[in-house]
Parts: sequence; structure tokens; C-alpha cells
Amino acid sequence: MSKTLFDKVWDSHVIKKINNGPDVLFIDRHMVHEVTSPVAFLGLKKRNIKVLFPEKTFATADHNTPTRNQHLPVKDYLSSKQLEALEKNAQYHGISYWGLGHEKNGIVHVIGPEHGITLPGATIVCGDSHTSTHGAFGAIAFGIGTSEVEMVLSTQCIMQPKPKKMRININGKLNDSVTPKDVALFIISKLSTSGATGYFVEYSGKVFSEMSMEGRMTVCNLSIEMGARGGMIAPDNKTFDYIKGREFAPQNGEWDEVMKYWKTLKSDDDADFDKEYDFDGTKIEPMITYGTNPGMGIAINSGIPYSNQHGGNIETFQKSLDYMNYSQGDKILGKKIDFVFLGSCTNGRIEDFRAFTNIVKGRKKSPNVTAWLVPGSHRVEKAIKEEGLLNILNQSGFELREPGCSACLAMNDDKIPTGKYAVSTSNRNFEGRQGPGSRTLLASPIVAAAAAITGKVTDPRDL
Amino acid sequence: MAYDKFKILKSTAVPLPIENIDTDQIIPARFLKATERRGFGDNLFRDWRYYSNNKPKDDFVLNNNKYCGKILVGGKNFGSGSSREHAAWAIYDYGFRCVISSFFADIFKNNCLNIGVLPVQISSDFLEIIFEKIYKDPSTLVTVDLTEQSVKISGSEHYENFQINDYKKNNMLNGYDDIDFLLNLKESIKSFSKKTPL
Ligand code: SF4
Repeated sequence: MSKTLFDKVWDSHVIKKINNGPDVLFIDRHMVHEVTSPVAFLGLKKRNIKVLFPEKTFATADHNTPTRNQHLPVKDYLSSKQLEALEKNAQYHGISYWGLGHEKNGIVHVIGPEHGITLPGATIVCGDSHTSTHGAFGAIAFGIGTSEVEMVLSTQCIMQPKPKKMRININGKLNDSVTPKDVALFIISKLSTSGATGYFVEYSGKVFSEMSMEGRMTVCNLSIEMGARGGMIAPDNKTFDYIKGREFAPQNGEWDEVMKYWKTLKSDDDADFDKEYDFDGTKIEPMITYGTNPGMGIAINSGIPYSNQHGGNIETFQKSLDYMNYSQGDKILGKKIDFVFLGSCTNGRIEDFRAFTNIVKGRKKSPNVTAWLVPGSHRVEKAIKEEGLLNILNQSGFELREPGCSACLAMNDDKIPTGKYAVSTSNRNFEGRQGPGSRTLLASPIVAAAAAITGKVTDPRDL
Repeated sequence: MAYDKFKILKSTAVPLPIENIDTDQIIPARFLKATERRGFGDNLFRDWRYYSNNKPKDDFVLNNNKYCGKILVGGKNFGSGSSREHAAWAIYDYGFRCVISSFFADIFKNNCLNIGVLPVQISSDFLEIIFEKIYKDPSTLVTVDLTEQSVKISGSEHYENFQINDYKKNNMLNGYDDIDFLLNLKESIKSFSKKTPL
């Protein structure tokens, strides 16, 4: 029977099927961080068991870490306790732990691919919903809750009903200044934040095959924002080239063996999907959000919709605009902004810093804008310096902070103040996501750069 | 580890007819710093419930004595966003044992089932009726019966059945958890791991 890419990977990991219940799915790679793991480790302690496969488990500190002075002790007492707990747990169970200051440290979804932990055909989970990022390599990757983290630590398995299958095809050439982030925000604006709930998405078509690995990661990362369990893209030569030689990737003889398998990882021509969408890539414009969920995105040169054009509940829509202090029909271009955040597992990779730098080069940051530039990992930070981007950024009035999740979820000190507007390259614009009362406009690194220069929402093509 | 059994819950309910309630609203990230599962109920819906000076916001439903109970009724697409199980813990810790909505986000739903909070998905029409009845009379009792998979409103004809897979249903009815089940499969898991290419 013909199978989709998703079927091939999923089915080959099922240990047991339960009638009218979930599948028992074997997990190849488990990424762990300080915030969603402590209670899971406590659970193991209560049961008096150890991690079953410590070599398949990788731990990092990212969610709750400061982005300045990482060489000093962490000031926040509770945060330091979480970091301590993870370090102890990792040590006790024999898990590799890349804590603060470690040269491999960074945001969990940035470091996985960087070190060759993320591989085609693998099942990957982590207690963070944006685990979907790893799907860019043709892996099945999804976020889990803490009970499930405990499940994977103790048994390397998870119990999930098999999701339905969706394919999103986008062909055509992307316009100038349209980035993978815009493609993703465009899709979410069409499907809504719940449009893919219950599905696992495969992205296919020319737009994705031409995209860089970094770009594919951005797209897969945002799959969860339309409710999907995850998103994936069939691996190709770009994928294999990216992985080859990385520390945890198969080496030498193993490589040829695994390549035979990886080359089979694509949907069969006549494979069935439960739902399929086709979009025209040439119609996508640079995007930005105006409301309080990622589905509330529009082309940057258009206006905020009227409540009767917006599909959902009118009161919820109005509540959202009130929170943003925007009105229906307003143009989004020219709206004043106060902060710019470049970073997160969505857009904190080297390609994002290159794109941002390219726009601000030879220009000056607006004095009214506070900009936080936070690399996704130490590797990214190092590349920014080595490629000479840091000099250019400094000359334009920007500084670089140290790696971590930072203002993506504002657990540390990087909080956007109440009432202030931030153009952010992260993934969620929920009320208070970037700090209590903060107002977020999600956009690409290019749109963020243009806003940082002018102090208002600006079409990068008009600069 | 076993949790509370769930068979029948008859209770008044708290209405929250907002769509797309995300887990950042249910529990903001700054309250995720604990290393134990305790005390999350105090911060449930923190920023909707309190001003920044910790004064309660009178117009928020949890601060309104008229509405209370063990059932939370939310608008469509409840629990979207982050995978934080803390959201389900906060709901449980506050005292809710069941959330009713016309649509749930996937991870949130799993998290609820894993800790013994029953997510009940009903039609949007029925959801409207429940909201209407509670607003008319906050002492309206809602009965969620897991055995027969039904939701009823006391003193009314209206009722609806809901879906749940047999495995999860059995877990909820008996307070079993997945880990106990999986630990029994350990030998097959180990031999399976030897066959995987990665
Ligand atoms: S950057 Fe944001 S979305 Fe990504 S792992 Fe960190 S908190 Fe989660």
C-alpha cells in the first residue's frame, strides 16, 4: 500500500497498537530543558527507576537563562534552582548536559540540528511545542507535556493516537523580501490557529524544495501555531549535506547504510492525505501580525480586517484589537513600535542574523527603539562574529546578547514592558507572552530590521 | 503514578466564552519556575484575574462569587499554544476536574488526560446552550458521565454524547497512567531499540 512520508516514519516506530486507543511509539531522540523536566525527574524518583536510554537523551538550559553575564551566577533564585535541578538530574542519570556557558549550549531546537542529533526518519520529542522544528529534516518531531517527558525518560516511548495527514503544497517563485517566516505566517493566516489540529503536516512543492535548511526549520517550527502536531519536509540532498560530518550524525560506514534508508523517505506518488491545500507562492507578501494569536497575520501593505471579514467570534476579535489598541481597518504600516526582538527557535539562526544585518548595514537604529538581538546558540553567536556581522551590527547601533529563549517567552528578565509594542521574530503574539501587558507583532527578521531602523512598521522594500 | 478516578461529575460550572484561550493565559511563563508540582492554581489565568498590583479584577469570572464549581466551560480552541503541562496542573490545582469546550488543542488535551482532568468536546450549538443556561442561572448543574460518555444539563432536555478512546477512558475510570502500562512493555521496548537504525 502506498504511504506518505509521515506514515513511513510513524509506522516504523510503532511497538504496539492498542485497539481503539493510542499507538506505543518508540522515540529515537529526547531533548530536555530545565522548565518542563524537573517534575518528570521527580516522578522517576518516586517510582525508583532510572532513565532507560540516557544516550538518546540530550539536555540543555535555555528557557529560563539570562542573556547577559552568563559567566556569573544566575541571580533569580527560582531560575537558578531549576538549572541546578537539571544539572543534578542529568548527572545522576548519565545524560549529556550542555548547561549555561557550554560551547554547545543554546535553544533546544537550534542545537539539535547543529550537532547532528536531528536526523531524517527519526522520532524526536521535547517538552516544548516548537519541537516541530526538527521536522525540517524529515523527522517526526513534536512537543509533549511533562507527564509524557516522564514517560519517555522512563520507557523511551510515548502513547499517541496516530494523527491524520495533511499536505500543504506551495509552488511558484517567492517575491523579493518574502522569507520562510512570511510563508509560514501566510499559511497560518489562511488555516487559522486551529486549522490543522489533529493533523501532521507535510510541506511540499517548489517553495520548500528551494528553501535552505534554516528556512525549512522556520516553517516546520511554526506548524504548531495552526494547531498541527508537527510538520515535516522530505529530506533531499540539501538535508544530507547539512547533516554530514556533524558530531552525532552517523559516521563513515554507517552513513552509507543509513543513506539507503533516508532516500526512501518521501511520500509515494499515489499516497493519500486526509486533507490537502494548494497555495500560490507568488501571491505571498511580507507578513506581520496585528492581533493576539499567530493566525491574525496580514500582508504588511494591507489593513487590519473588519470584524465581519474575520471568520471567528466577533467579541474575541474585538478583545484582541482592544488589547493591541488597534482599530479595524487601520493600516499597519507606520504604526509606532518600541522594541525589536531578533531571536528564538523560529528565527535565531545564522541565516536570520545575516538577513537582519543585510538590512541595517549602513543605516542607524532608531533612537526610539530598544533592540534585543539574541542568537539561538553559541554556535550561531560564534558565526555572527566570525562572519563579521557583529561589526556591522555594532556600527548600526545594535548589540548582541548571549543565547537563550529570552523574550520569546519572557521567563527571564527580557520582558517587554506593559503597553509597549515589539516587532518580534519569535512565534507567539499571545497577550502578555513577551511580558505582562506586552504587545507583539510577529514578523520576519527583515521586517524586524526595517522597523528597528525607522521606529515604525515599515515595508522593507520601501527602505 | 495513579491519579483520581473519574466516573461521574455533577457540578455547577464556570463560563469563559472566549475563543482560542492559550496556555500563556492559563498560566503565564513567569510562573513556570517551580521544580515541584504545587501551587499552580493561585496563578491560574493570572493576568486576567489580577492587576499588576495583585488586586483582583472584579469583572473576571473567577473573581465573581456567582460562578463556581468543578467544571470549566471555555470557548472554541481551548488550550492552544505552549505544551506546558503547568496549564493543566493549574486547572486541576484550582479545583477543576473537567473542561468543556467545542474544540481543544491537541497537546493540552493529552496533558489533561494524563493528569486526570477530563477534556470534553461537544458541539458548538450545545456549548452555546450551556453558556446560556449558566448565565441565566449560575446554580445550573452540569453532569458529565464518563461511563456513558454524556453531558447533561439538570432541569433541561438537552444532552450530548462525547468521544474518548477506550484506552484513555479506562485509564480515567480507574486512575491508571500510561507509565505503568509502558513499564510492563520494557522488554519489548529494549528489543525494539536494537532494531532501529538511528
Ligand atoms: S525560543 Fe521560544 S518557542 Fe523556542 S524553545 Fe524557546 S521558548 Fe520555546
